[in-house]
Amino acid sequence: MQSTYEERIERARRALEKVPAYGPDVDINQFLLEAAAEEDSYIEPENLSETEKRRALRAGIIASEEGRSGTFFQRDTKVLCARPRQEGLEVMSTTGALKKHEWLTDIMWTAVQPDADKFTAAVALHRTHGYFIRTLPGVKTTCPVQACLYIGKKDLVQRVHNVIIAEPGSELHIITGCTTSEDVESAMHIGISEFFVRKGAKVTFTMVHTWGKEVHVRPRTGVIVEEGGVYINNYICLREVDSLQMYPSVFLTGPGARARMNSILYGLGHSRFDVGGKIVFQAPETSGEIISRVIADDRSEIVSRGLLVSETAGVKGHLECQGLLLSDDARIYAVPELDARKKDVELSHEAAVGKLAEDQILYLMSRGLTANEATSLLVRGFLNVDIEGLPPDLEAETKRLLEMEYQGLL
Amino acid sequence: MTEPILSIEDLRVSVGGKRILNGVNLSVRDGEVVCLFGPNGAGKSTLLYTILGYPGYTIESGRILFKGVDVSTLSIDERVRMGLGIAFQHAPRLRGVKLIDLIHLAAGDGLTDEEIEEAAARLRMSSFLHRDVNYGFSGGEIKRSEILQLIAARSDFLLLDEPDSGVDVENVVLLGREINQLLRGRSGLIITHVGYILNFIRADRAVVLYEGKVACEGDPYGILKDIKDKGYKACLECDRCSPPTRKE
Repeated sequence: MQSTYEERIERARRALEKVPAYGPDVDINQFLLEAAAEEDSYIEPENLSETEKRRALRAGIIASEEGRSGTFFQRDTKVLCARPRQEGLEVMSTTGALKKHEWLTDIMWTAVQPDADKFTAAVALHRTHGYFIRTLPGVKTTCPVQACLYIGKKDLVQRVHNVIIAEPGSELHIITGCTTSEDVESAMHIGISEFFVRKGAKVTFTMVHTWGKEVHVRPRTGVIVEEGGVYINNYICLREVDSLQMYPSVFLTGPGARARMNSILYGLGHSRFDVGGKIVFQAPETSGEIISRVIADDRSEIVSRGLLVSETAGVKGHLECQGLLLSDDARIYAVPELDARKKDVELSHEAAVGKLAEDQILYLMSRGLTANEATSLLVRGFLNVDIEGLPPDLEAETKRLLEMEYQGLL
Repeated sequence: MTEPILSIEDLRVSVGGKRILNGVNLSVRDGEVVCLFGPNGAGKSTLLYTILGYPGYTIESGRILFKGVDVSTLSIDERVRMGLGIAFQHAPRLRGVKLIDLIHLAAGDGLTDEEIEEAAARLRMSSFLHRDVNYGFSGGEIKRSEILQLIAARSDFLLLDEPDSGVDVENVVLLGREINQLLRGRSGLIITHVGYILNFIRADRAVVLYEGKVACEGDPYGILKDIKDKGYKACLECDRCSPPTRKE
C-alpha cells in the first residue's frame, strides 16, 4: 500500500544524518539555513537587478521572455517571478502549487525518496520553494519555459523542490539555469526535481549550471515516464564548482517509453564532479540512452557514472562516456554499468578516456591555426554532442548556450 | 629567371634518430611546379613534412628558405600563414569539427560564401560541408576535401602529397582539373607515384629523390616514362642522372 505524504516526510527525519553513497560529504550546518520567505508578490522579469539578469542570461534565462512560454525566478529563498505565458500551462512555486492542488501530495516524494540521504531529508523537512511546472492534457508548449534558481547570499543553502508534470499527450520544454551572484563564491544548492511524464507526453529539460568556485551542489532527480512518453535531459556545466554530485534516475514504467540523458562537463580548478545517470527499464519496448562528454583539466576530478537496469524483456539501452584528460593532475573515473535481469534485452556501453590527438592538432596547424586555436577547436568539437529530439530552435539555442559557456572559458 | 620561392640547401633530416634526408638541394622558382618522384623510403614525404615544420623531423643541418626567409625554426602555422599549403595523403578524422568551419577558417575573408559553395559543388563536396571532417569519408572524398581546403586557403606554394593515389579514374579527372586550376600562377611540389595527375596539370620539372638525395632532375614526362619503363634503378643509371649518386 502506498504511503501517505506525512509518512514519507516522517521517513526523512530518520535520514538527516545519512551520508550519500557518492561524492564528498558536506556539512549542511556550515551554511545559512534560512527558512523560506513568505509566498511572494511577483515582479516582472525585466525588473530583476542587472546582476541577476546578466548572470541568468548566461544560464539561458531571458528577462524580456522573448521566445519563452513562461518564467520562474527564485533568488535565495524567495520567488521573484512565476508565470506562464501560454494557456494550459502552469508555472508557480511548489509552495503555491501545494495550496492550489490538493492531489500534489499524492505524488510528491514518490519519484525521489525523501530518505535517500541527508540532502533529500533536508529538503523534505525544510523546503525553500522550488518550481512547479505543468502542462495540461494535450497542451504543447511551442517555446520553452525558463526557470532560474539563483543564489545571491553568501554561504546560503538553497533547498528547493521542483515538480514537473506533463499531463497525457502534452509537450513541455524547459530551460533551466542555476547560478550564483558574481560575489557569491561559497554556498550550497540542494535541488529535488521530480518529473512525471504521463502517457504519450514529452518533456525536454535543458539545464545549465554556472556556480561559484566554492559552491556545493546536490541535485536529486527522479523521473517517471509512462506509456509512450519521452524524456530528454541535457545537462551542461563548464564552470568551476567546489563539488557537484548527482545521480538522476529515470524509470520507464510504461510500454514504449523513451529517455535520453546527455551531459557535458568541463572540470576546471579543483572542481569535483560525481555525475551519473540511471535508467530503469520497467516495461517492454522501452529504450534509453545515457551519453556523456567530460573534460578534466587543472586539478579537477570527474567521476562519470552510468547505469542501465532492465527489469523486463524487450528493452534497448545504450551508455556512452567519452572523456578527455587535459592535465596530469586531473582525473576521470568512468563507471559504466549494465544490469540485465531478463533475457531478450539489448544493453550496451562504451567508455573511452584519452588525450587530444597530436595528429589532429598538427593537421589544424597546417591549416593555419595556432596550437592553442587548434586545441580549442578540438575541445569544442569534442563537446559538440548531437542533441536529438529537441525542437530545432531549442537545439540551436542549446548549442548557442554551450558555445557561450565555452567562450567564457577562453 | 624569377627568384626561387623555395630553396632547400644541403638539408639533412633524421626521424626517430634515423637519417632520412642526406643533403637535399632543391629550389623551386616562383610559379614553377615541380614533381617529386622516388621509390618508397626515398624521403619524399619526409621532405614535405620538414618543409611544413612537422615535429619529429629533426633538421641536423641545412636550411629551408621560403620567400627568402629561413623558416626552419618557425611553427607549422607560421609557415602556413607565410603562404605554404598542403594536401595530405592521409588526414585524420576530427570529431565535432565541421568541414565548413575548417574551410571558413582557412579562407578568412578571402572567399565569399558563394565562392566556397561553388568550389564545393565543383568538387562534389556540397553534402559534406556540414559533416565532421573525414568522418565516413571515402578515400576519394578525403582527397577532394583536402583540395577544397587548399582552394579556400589560396596558399602561394602548394605541397601535394600523392593527390592521385588510391583514387578512381573519375576522381582523378575531377581532382586533376581542380589542381590544375589551383596551380595557375602558383608554385608547387607534388609527390606522385603513379603520375596520373600529370595528365591534367602542367609540371615544369621533376626531381627524383633516392636514398635521401636528389638523384636526377629534368622533364617530368620523360622521367616518368623512364621510371615506368625501366624502374627506378635503371632510371638512375641513365645519362641525365647527376654524378653524386653513382660516385658514392
